[in-house]
Amino acid sequence: MEAFRIVEGTAIPLMEANVDTDVIIPIQRLVGSGREGLGEFAFERRRYLPDRSDNPDFIPNQGPYKGSGILLADENFGCGSSREGAVWALMGMGVRCVIAPSFGDIFFSNCFQNGLLPVRLPIEAIRRIAEQTEESPGNARTTVDLERKVVITPRGETIPFAVDDRKREAMLDGLDDISLTLKQADAIAAWREQDRTERNWAWESVV
Amino acid sequence: MSGTMFDRIWDSHAIADLGEGWSLLYLDRLLVHDLSGGRAMRELAEKGRRVAEPNKVFAVPDHAISSAPGRTEHTYPKGAALLASLRERSKAEGVRIFDIGTPGNGIVHVVGPEQGIVLPGLTLACGDSHTCTNGGMGALAFGIGSSELVHALATQTVPQRRPGTFRIRYEGVRPAGVTAKDMILAAIGRFGAAAGTGMAMEYAGSAVRAMSVEERLTLCNLSIEMGAKTGMVAPDDTTFEYLAGRPFAPKGATWDAALADWRKVPSDPGARFTRDEAIDMAELAPQITWGTSPEMVSDVTGHVPTLEDTVPSRRAGLEAALRYMGLEPGQKIAGTKVDWVFIGSCTNSRLSDLRAAAEVLKGRKKAEHVTAWVVPGSEQVKADAEAEGLHHRFREAGFEWREPGCALCVAANGETVPSGARCVSTSNRNFVGRQGTGARTHLASPAMAAAAALAGAIVDVRSY
Ligand code: SF4
Repeated sequence: MEAFRIVEGTAIPLMEANVDTDVIIPIQRLVGSGREGLGEFAFERRRYLPDRSDNPDFIPNQGPYKGSGILLADENFGCGSSREGAVWALMGMGVRCVIAPSFGDIFFSNCFQNGLLPVRLPIEAIRRIAEQTEESPGNARTTVDLERKVVITPRGETIPFAVDDRKREAMLDGLDDISLTLKQADAIAAWREQDRTERNWAWESVV
Repeated sequence: MSGTMFDRIWDSHAIADLGEGWSLLYLDRLLVHDLSGGRAMRELAEKGRRVAEPNKVFAVPDHAISSAPGRTEHTYPKGAALLASLRERSKAEGVRIFDIGTPGNGIVHVVGPEQGIVLPGLTLACGDSHTCTNGGMGALAFGIGSSELVHALATQTVPQRRPGTFRIRYEGVRPAGVTAKDMILAAIGRFGAAAGTGMAMEYAGSAVRAMSVEERLTLCNLSIEMGAKTGMVAPDDTTFEYLAGRPFAPKGATWDAALADWRKVPSDPGARFTRDEAIDMAELAPQITWGTSPEMVSDVTGHVPTLEDTVPSRRAGLEAALRYMGLEPGQKIAGTKVDWVFIGSCTNSRLSDLRAAAEVLKGRKKAEHVTAWVVPGSEQVKADAEAEGLHHRFREAGFEWREPGCALCVAANGETVPSGARCVSTSNRNFVGRQGTGARTHLASPAMAAAAALAGAIVDVRSY
C-alpha cells in the first residue's frame, strides 16, 4: 500500500450524490486487466467525447482541476459494486483523497487498503471548500493532512476530521492488514479449536 | 439478554477486539467468483501465502461467462482467461469449484443458499457487494473488496467495523401484484439509497414471516442499494425446511445439533435497533425505477418527479438522470415504450421468479419490437424450470431461454443492452451504463418485466 501523509492542491468540485463505482470504472475494463493502467478509464463514460477527446463539460477535465489529488463529492460516494478497481482507477487519475459527507461501505474500506484517503465532512463544509475553490480555481489550494487529521480550506480555515486510529496508522506507514492479523495467529488458532467443539456442524458439513 | 440477531452472530465470531468498533471476524464460509477470485488467489501466492481453510472456500464462475445458448467458456474469450486462472488457482489451493456447465454452477449468490453452503448463524463473505443476498438465510453475509478478499483467503478472518442495526418491519398482508422486489424498492425509495450506510438491515414483520426463502433472498439482495453492509431475515421453520437435504447442509445428528443452534439465532423480542421503521403493506403497489439510482423509484401508477418536487440541491442530479433515461419531468411512467426485457440476476432468477414471470405470459406473445431474455440463476434453477416446462412457455412467448450467469445484469460478459435502448430488468442496479454504454434500465419484479414484454411498454402488471 502507498503511504499517505499529506496531499495539497486544487480540490475538484464534483458535487454530485450517489457517484457509483460503475461510473468510476466500467466493469468491462476490469475483465482481463490488472490494477495498472486503469487511470485512463476512470469515469470513462463521462470523461471522454465519442472521438475519445476530453469532454470539456466534465469538471475533472477542466484546466486547474486536471490531475488534481483531491476530489469533492456529495453523499454516498462510491456506492454500488464492490470493485476495488474503482479505487485503483481514481488513484491512476491522480486522486489521493476524496472528501464527501458519506461513502459506500465497501469502497470506503477499499480506499484504506490502497492508500486513497476517504474523508467524511459535513456537506456544508464541503460546499465551502467548493465555493472557495471556484472563486479562483488556479490559486485555491486545499490541504488534507492525515497526520494532524485536518483539512485546510483555500481561505485557510482548518476543519478537523475523524478517522479510525487503526486505519490512520496503517495508512501513514503503508502497512498491509495481513501482516497485522497474522500477529494474532495464536488467538485465531485458539478460537478455531474451541469453535470446532462448540459448533461442530459448521465444520462437518464442508469437510 | 436482549440482543439483535446481527449482534449475536457478530459477537460469536469476533476473535479479537481491534479497538474503535473494529473486530477481527472469523468467516465460516468464503465465496469467490471469476472476476476477482483467480486474481486474489494469485496475489496470495505472490505474497508467499496459502489459502488458510480451503474446505470453507467455494469458487463459482459467473460474471464474465457468456449466457448464449450452448455457450462454452470460449464464447466470451476475455472471460476465458479469468476462468482459466480461477480453475488453476482453485486446484492448486484445494478449493472446490463449481465449474460452468456442471451442477452447482450459477450466480454465486444463487448457488450459496441453493447448495446449503450458507446456513443460519454463519458468517460469510465474498468479493461482491450483493453477498448480502445470503442474509435471507439468517446468516451474516457481506461483500468485501479485493484486498480484503486476499486477507480473508490468507487468514479465514477479516477486520470489520461493527455497523449499527436498522430494522424494517413489513406489517400486514401483501396486496395483489406486490412482490419481494416491490417491497424492497419501495423501502429504498422511501428511505433513500444511503439510508443504510453503516448499518446492518433486519427485515421483519408479518409479511416477511409469510415469505418463502427465495423471496427473503430477493429482499436482502437490495440491502446494498440502500448502502447497508448486509440485510438479514430471522431463520425459522421455512428456512429449515428449505435447507433440509441440500448438498452442504448438515445431515443426521449434526443436523439436530445445528437446528438447536439455529433456533437461538433470531433477535430477542425486546431487541433494540439503532433505527426501526415500519411499512404498512396496504400502502404498497408494484414498483418501477425511472432514474439512475434505485432510490429513483415510483409506484407503476406514478409520475416522474418535477423539478419543483425536488429539493434544489438535487435538481441537477434529477435533470442528469432524466436526460440519460430519455424521460421528461412530470411524465407518466406507465406507457413508456420498452425495447428490452431481462429476467435474471441474483435478485430475481430463482425458480419462483421464473414461475411468476411465466404465469403472467399465459400463452401470450411478447411485443414484436421487444428483445426478451430469461437467464436462470443456476444450473439447478435451469434444470428445475425445464422439468416443469417453463422454458417452453418462455420460448412460445418469444423469449430467449439462456444459460446461467450474471449476463445482462452487469454486462461484464460482453452482453449489453444497446445504447439508447430501454430495458425493464429484474436486476438490482439502474446505474448509468450498467447494462451497457447508454443503456436505460428500469428495475422491476419478474412479473412486471413479463408484462412489459407483452405490452412493449411499462405497464401495471395488475391489469395483466
Ligand atoms: S447477478 Fe448482477 S448483481 Fe448479482 S452477482 Fe452477478 S453481476 Fe452482481
